[in-house]
Amino acid sequence: MVLSAAALSSTTSATSSFRDGRISTLFRQNPKATRCRARFTAQLELKAPPYSLDALEPYMSRETLEYHWGKHHRGYVDNLNRQIAGTDLDELPLEEIVLRSYNKGNPLPAFNSAAQIWNHDFFWSSMKPGGGGKPSGLLLQLIERDFGSVDRLLHEFKQAALTQFGSGWAWLAYKANTLDVGNAINPRPSDTDHKLVIQKSSNAINPLVWDYHPLIVVDVWEHAYYVDYENRRADFVSTFIDNLISWDTASTRLDEAIAAIAAKGAKEAERRREEEGYETEEEDNTIMMYLDSENESEVE
Amino acid sequence: MAICALVSRKAMRSVLRSGGTVTVGSGLNQIRTLQTFSLPDLQYDYGALEPAISGEIMKIHHQKHHQTYITNYNKSLEQLDEAIRKGDSAKVVGLQSAIKFNGGGHINHSIFWRNLAPTSEGGGEPPKGGLGWAIDTDIGSFESLIQKMSSEGAALQGSGWVWLALDKESKKVGVETTPNQDPLVTKGLHLVPLLGIDVWEHAYYLQYKNVRPDYLKNIWNVINWKYANDVYERETA
Repeated sequence: MVLSAAALSSTTSATSSFRDGRISTLFRQNPKATRCRARFTAQLELKAPPYSLDALEPYMSRETLEYHWGKHHRGYVDNLNRQIAGTDLDELPLEEIVLRSYNKGNPLPAFNSAAQIWNHDFFWSSMKPGGGGKPSGLLLQLIERDFGSVDRLLHEFKQAALTQFGSGWAWLAYKANTLDVGNAINPRPSDTDHKLVIQKSSNAINPLVWDYHPLIVVDVWEHAYYVDYENRRADFVSTFIDNLISWDTASTRLDEAIAAIAAKGAKEAERRREEEGYETEEEDNTIMMYLDSENESEVE
Repeated sequence: MAICALVSRKAMRSVLRSGGTVTVGSGLNQIRTLQTFSLPDLQYDYGALEPAISGEIMKIHHQKHHQTYITNYNKSLEQLDEAIRKGDSAKVVGLQSAIKFNGGGHINHSIFWRNLAPTSEGGGEPPKGGLGWAIDTDIGSFESLIQKMSSEGAALQGSGWVWLALDKESKKVGVETTPNQDPLVTKGLHLVPLLGIDVWEHAYYLQYKNVRPDYLKNIWNVINWKYANDVYERETA
């Protein structure tokens, strides 16, 4: 919705004060906006899966995708747009909205919508037509290091998916393990600290809120499998592993995670060096005081 | 007589073996049988609640979902029994979530089947008697109760139940929700479920897909208010 010039120049005192109130609110929230660009909502859009709705058949039917993507996922997008319109969550990137609305474990209403949008985007690209097979490259190495074998990993992944009581998700994620929680810093960071983990979450929760880097997710809300598998969640998860999972996507995400962690680590190291810089100056002062005493004694 | 002798001999042996930490009662425990649970029958055919709830849903809901909760509940109880006997505290505590989930599932669904009735057998008829009065007094009107339960059921995120609950202490009725398969007692030990509506997706998905509000609108046509009233009058007698 755009404020027109005519609206801005309204002569009715009551109306203009009302509009003035609105305008000043707008500018406070969106200071860079000019009159012409002033608007109340930034429309998040529903992203399509990276394949057609029937591409995952027979493992996940077109009907399921039509409801799951076309109704559930679309519903979350519509809801979020309504919820954040005109608020300070508006116009932020989706991940930012997820983290802010999580509100350190006391989620705001927008969290459910935002996180579910993010989770479903992630879910579609965790699958591909002709999926399944086995991981390779660095991902395979880390799986063998952290789980012993691919079979062991898949067993634990399936267990997580089947013991998520109620609605939720099962994740394979990469943990940076930096222990950087404000007042605690990992004293001896090393490459072997970085770990692959399996994690289940309920309802809309996702690993972003724990500062993990998700690699793969399976949706275990009943709507994800009910049309094709009814109550048989175990069959759905097995099929996901055998025929749908996109290890390519997982590998790409792993590379991105490692790069992001390295970049963050470099920034942290830089910040710490700057802090140490200040500390060194103070130490110099201390040393100089001692020197002065020595000098005095020498003079004497 | 012989059995008594057998028990006390067993008891003595176990006392001696454990160095005195197990009481005489352990002999009795060894021959105690654990109560197992089985699927209760519905009092109507699977298709009898149509068009509010399809026969397909009722059959899968009863024979698959409820049965699975019972099977897993029985399994968890067996494991719990063994863990208690062995004094394995880690196992005892570790089993609690499976017991709450599966036991809760059994409790909740057992109530749910009684909460439903075909329209030909009184399903949907508003409550008369004590419960009718209580609803008017404590909630305002029958219509506002329906509205409240429907909107709370629709707003529930994820899986769970919406309840009409009787507070045994205050004798008042009110609306509660519980997540997942948590039974109503988890909201208060003095709460008695009069009516529970399952809002897990499995309760409506095959028929209503994502439109939970439509399910919640139609289910009132098959609610067995007579059962709810019977429970209310028994508990407030």
